[in-house]
Amino acid sequence: MTNEFIQEKLSKAFGEEIFDYVQHYDVFTFTADKELNLKILTFLKEDAELNFAFLNDLTAIHYPENSGKELAVVYLLQNMQERKRIRLKVFTNIAKPDVYTASALFSTANWLEREAYDFYGVNFVGHPNLIRIMNVDEMDYFPMRKEYPLEDQSRIDKDDEMFGRKNMSIYAGEQK
Amino acid sequence: MQESKNNIPLPEGTINRKTYTMNLGPTHPATHGVFQNILEMDGERIVNAVPTVGYIHRAFEKIAEHRPFYQITTLTDRLNYCSSPINNMGWHLTMEKLIQVEIPKRVEYMRVIVMELSRIADHLVCNSVIGVDTGALTGFVYVFEFRELIYEIFEEICGSRLTTNMGRIGGFERNFSDAAWNKLDNFIKIFPKAMREFETLLTRNKIFMDRTIDAGAITAERAINYGFTGPNLRATGVDYDVRTSFPYSGYEDFNFEIPVGKTGDTYDRYLVRNAEIWQSLSIIEQALEKIASLDPTIFHADVPDFYLPEKADVYTKMEALIYHFKIVMGETDIPKGEVYSAVEGGNGELGFYLISDGGRTPYRLHFRRPCFIYYQAFPEMVKGAMLSDAVVTMSSLNLIAGELDG
Repeated sequence: MTNEFIQEKLSKAFGEEIFDYVQHYDVFTFTADKELNLKILTFLKEDAELNFAFLNDLTAIHYPENSGKELAVVYLLQNMQERKRIRLKVFTNIAKPDVYTASALFSTANWLEREAYDFYGVNFVGHPNLIRIMNVDEMDYFPMRKEYPLEDQSRIDKDDEMFGRKNMSIYAGEQK
Repeated sequence: MQESKNNIPLPEGTINRKTYTMNLGPTHPATHGVFQNILEMDGERIVNAVPTVGYIHRAFEKIAEHRPFYQITTLTDRLNYCSSPINNMGWHLTMEKLIQVEIPKRVEYMRVIVMELSRIADHLVCNSVIGVDTGALTGFVYVFEFRELIYEIFEEICGSRLTTNMGRIGGFERNFSDAAWNKLDNFIKIFPKAMREFETLLTRNKIFMDRTIDAGAITAERAINYGFTGPNLRATGVDYDVRTSFPYSGYEDFNFEIPVGKTGDTYDRYLVRNAEIWQSLSIIEQALEKIASLDPTIFHADVPDFYLPEKADVYTKMEALIYHFKIVMGETDIPKGEVYSAVEGGNGELGFYLISDGGRTPYRLHFRRPCFIYYQAFPEMVKGAMLSDAVVTMSSLNLIAGELDG
């Protein structure tokens, strides 16, 4: 299956709604409007010739400079028989990061979308159980976004008792 | 009964409720790792299971965004820690794809040897643990001796055992020592006998078969929908293996079979893993044959921009000093681009989705962790089953907490 074939099929079905066809190393990549993500995924999955029935991976990316389209959701689809991978990207505004969930189409997407929500705050509309998966439920920010730096390794304002270091003499000097 | 119903404000449905809630994990001995299942039980039958993950989440993807490329290898060690070298090699291959460097055949075959050894170690742990969970500790204790031999080989190659940090971008940090080759030869000589004994112990064992056949079965269609990969998918009858579908590191030069199962139950997963161990052994033997005819001094590619020069050269040669400085101080030009590279890990397709913006660190690095993806099928697999089935299902899925939580 060639990239031209995929592109032709997609442009026949969706016209200008899918754009930015580009080959990133061995994966053919294209971008679409976020409102259409489900229609495109369904088409790719159910079209007998394309048959991209395996959702390999789903993740989000944050581009703070890309104003109005800060968050990207990336789907990596796979046709097992043809040994072909393709990547679909949709971009969304960070102020209203609503993207339709693919979890009804691919069960894989369930947890992967929860992960993307947990770390980037992408709100997957229609997801059956969109709660945090890795971080604590009380967390009120999305830690993988670029504005959050890693913790300063030399900070001393932590409650050392929580880490069993209260009575260790080497830390005594650092306590208030 | 009626009176209490009227007087005490119990939540609706409480009194007639016949099920109860039980915690399996997070530190239950049968979970083999830190993750929790909240089971709703009706007698000994499971009505529903709610898996909770994230107990040992260490934010590797975030840390990776703040680390130079050559320091990310240590993060990958801690994903599936039963087969760290596969993760290491997967990361090097990703970087090599990004910078598009050709790797010498000998290095590729050395990597294949290391990866197949880790696969054997990984499968041995998983399969013997199914034995433990069905009450047969002997096999577990017995094959651990041979896993130990594999770790000794790793020790000779890279100096460490479990979290190996093996290899560098472009090849290996040093050539395999004679001791490593000898230990490898010794291993492939004595291991088959032990493996046969292990199989004799469990494969046709009546108790083992009764416990595992039909436990935690899943159809091929559902498994694909759930994103299963690796032995768990192959047990359902789908012959998808990254090594043959998207060959990497010279796997296209080898002759091997992809064992598949039929029913996708615990017993088939066990059989597939055992068969894969035999295939891995055969791949190692083929690799040894191929390596014998290649130049024994080559152990890395010629990529001075990424591969740290010999320390002795850094002190004596100007060029080596410059490259050393450039790599360590982050002066090397990194190409921009998006790469997805996958390897067949111990329990499935381990993918690395790397976005580089030309900076010193990845702009974004996503690990496709096979465990995390297929563990979500667990409730579906155990619904209606007995509690003891849930335990063997869990161990046969080869869940590794480090990989689950990333």
